[in-house]
Amino acid sequence: SPKKRVTVMLNTVHTQCCLSSLLHQPEQYCYPSIFIYGHRATGKSHVILTLLKELELPHAAVSCVECVSAGLLFEQTLLALFGADSAALLPRLPSLSDFVRVYRQVCAQQPAKQTRYIVLERAELLRDMEANLLPGLLRLQELVDDNVAVILLSEIVWDKFRPNTGCFEPLLLHFPDYTKGKILSLDSNPSYTPELYSSYINILLGVFYSVCRDLRELRHLAALNFSKFCEPLEKGEAKEGNTHKLWRNIEPHLKRAMQTVYLREVSSVQWGQQQMDEKEATALRGLSALAHVELPYYSKFLLIAAYLASYNPARTDRRFFVKHHGKMKKTSFLKKHEKTSNHLLGPKPFPLDRLLAIFYSVVDSRVAPTASVFSQISSLVTLQLLTQVGHDDQLDTPKYKCAVSLDFILAISRCVCVCETKYLFLTFGLWLLT
Amino acid sequence: LSSSKWKRDTIVQRILRERFCHQRLPDRPVGLESQYKHLLELLRRTAVHGESNSVLIVGPRGAGKTMLLRCALRELLELQEVKQNVLQVHLSGLLQTDDRIALKEITRQLHLENVVGDKVFGSFAENLVFLLEALKRGDKSSSRPVFFILEEFDLFAHHKNQTLLYNLLDVSQSAQAPVAVVGLTCRLDVLELLEKRVKSRFSHRQIHLLSCMSFCQYLDAFRSELALPDDFPDSKFSQEWNLNVSELCEEKSVQEILQKHFNSCKDFRSLHLLLLLALTRVSVSNPTLRAVDILEASRMSSADSKANILHGLSVLELCLIIAMKHLNDIYEGEPFNFQMVHNEFKKFIQRKSHSIHNFEKPVVIKAFEHLLQLELIRPVDGGVCKVQREYQLMRLMLDHTQVMEALQRYPQCPTDVKQWAISAFG
Repeated sequence: SPKKRVTVMLNTVHTQCCLSSLLHQPEQYCYPSIFIYGHRATGKSHVILTLLKELELPHAAVSCVECVSAGLLFEQTLLALFGADSAALLPRLPSLSDFVRVYRQVCAQQPAKQTRYIVLERAELLRDMEANLLPGLLRLQELVDDNVAVILLSEIVWDKFRPNTGCFEPLLLHFPDYTKGKILSLDSNPSYTPELYSSYINILLGVFYSVCRDLRELRHLAALNFSKFCEPLEKGEAKEGNTHKLWRNIEPHLKRAMQTVYLREVSSVQWGQQQMDEKEATALRGLSALAHVELPYYSKFLLIAAYLASYNPARTDRRFFVKHHGKMKKTSFLKKHEKTSNHLLGPKPFPLDRLLAIFYSVVDSRVAPTASVFSQISSLVTLQLLTQVGHDDQLDTPKYKCAVSLDFILAISRCVCVCETKYLFLTFGLWLLT
Repeated sequence: LSSSKWKRDTIVQRILRERFCHQRLPDRPVGLESQYKHLLELLRRTAVHGESNSVLIVGPRGAGKTMLLRCALRELLELQEVKQNVLQVHLSGLLQTDDRIALKEITRQLHLENVVGDKVFGSFAENLVFLLEALKRGDKSSSRPVFFILEEFDLFAHHKNQTLLYNLLDVSQSAQAPVAVVGLTCRLDVLELLEKRVKSRFSHRQIHLLSCMSFCQYLDAFRSELALPDDFPDSKFSQEWNLNVSELCEEKSVQEILQKHFNSCKDFRSLHLLLLLALTRVSVSNPTLRAVDILEASRMSSADSKANILHGLSVLELCLIIAMKHLNDIYEGEPFNFQMVHNEFKKFIQRKSHSIHNFEKPVVIKAFEHLLQLELIRPVDGGVCKVQREYQLMRLMLDHTQVMEALQRYPQCPTDVKQWAISAFG
């Protein structure tokens, strides 16, 4: 029976109880609003919609992501519950008031024999629409005087939804996350034995479970890497029982997957292709690598100078960048709080002239202050490698901040003359040793 | 025999669900006698004697404002002359967000759309007066009494110039037509929201529904809400059921649960929610309510949502939360950014951990962003884009005890992670 099938899907007894009360006797009233929350991919939409479909209960399933305006939500609801004619009765740019009026009008002609359900997925987006929409939907049963129940599905807890002056509190229901054991038992592959597949999933979970528990991600990774796992079996290098050899084959591959596919640095297609040309064990160029845009020669130095300006306090400039600076007392060199703060708090703003001063001392050749240098600074701002701080009307003393990380700077500095990197190591040798 | 059991169960569910889910009106409002009398008298004066009045019913959410009003209207409409004469206009602050929409709704509810037709009015006041004039009876001697019921009254105070409120209250003060303006609101400070000219036209009559129920009365309410009515078809079953409910009230465990609920929230709405959850466990195979049903219902309704969400986080995400907790302890709640959290996490990995792998920074950033998406952490200034994402200042939306409790319940939590959480200095 459909009820039994759904019971198997549900994770715990409590959820079962409450949901079964939904389908128990739909001719009767249901609680006006129900809020179901739980992590992604715990089956919230799937279970509810399957339940409603199997039991053939009148419902409207609307995803709030698709509803840019409230009018789309109203239209889709009326369409699903009453048909296209009722949706056409809505005026252009309908408000909640119009929706309630049309609903009452239509439902007077088609009184409810069973509870009508309105299921709203990604309900957290309702908070960003008109302020009266969420409180209105929560008490829709009262406003339209009909046997209707609104079910809200979300990842975010109810405490973050509550409006300032309160509202009708919905019934809260939690969909628990899958346990590790449950995940192991969920899938299987037709061409191999379940034991082999579950040992594969075990290995996969061993690598990924402590990082990510989203079932969708894990399934995606499992699907992508299964062919690589079965490679030794196909080639005849190992038997099914030889788990150690299979593990040795797949584990480094999965670790690489964590650095690339998991982070969406490469697409699944690229990943699949790379598995096929196994001869070239070249490192896959991810998206971040591509961010090291080919910059002009002086732009690289400007960026390095900007990083130094952002992360070194201005007092120490003399020490680093002036050729014959004389001695500076060690005690006044580094203030204690500055050691930790600079790299934890982020870049500090610096004025343009300081940037240019550092730039001229960092660049090896003689550079004339032409307009091209200044225009390169503007380009760096457009590329969002530098951020402009302060008002646009401060034309004479613009301030900037460096918006790139140390890894980026080190990657760039490898491209320029080797002796320049000594400035960086000099600077950072002190700061990184905290 | 089993089909009769099914039928009986159906009827029980129907009766009780109408009470809990559909907020069916009780025969008499419980514990609100004086307020009920006051309201009824006021409405009667308008309906029968043609006096104009205005009143505000003020009470927290779920106190029974709408219920009180509907009971009063129900009783009043039993009088024939009231039923024939009085017109009702129900407006809601949630639906009528604009005075223009409100006016259209008033026209619609008074069935005067045809009379108004395409007329264009100079002002709101003109329109309203026209509508009220149109309600005059044939002999033009007096107008029919109208009840204007404004739910979420405080929301009407946010409309431009408070035109609707001003005009309605103006009509209720002048002798033009017998009008009763009844506002229902959950805000105690609603009068502060009104403009001076609106406030002066209001009669300053307020009916407060602040519950002063004692625990004994709460127990009685529990009993009566679960009781089946006398006209139940199977009287033997209904007597047994009612006896069972009385016995439940005497049980210590049930009383403890109800005391806990009474201490946090005394209103009927939360009681109905609790009873509904208990009712979902009643079925043909389990036809009477037991103490364990009430216990389970209480557990479900008072579950900590955030703890439930923390249960499903990955170990890396949990470690980040513990790092943030340590930062909060050390810096006394100052906002932090990703770099600081990562720093704390790295200190833990290097010194104490054997079970957590040293994940790369982008992987840790992805875990951090997942926590941001779940709104367990929140940017301090609403997410200004000009700051790099690693340096954006955030706050943790959990407190110390929530994190520690979640850790206790976390499935297969590595011991070094637990010890790191408990240690004082990270």
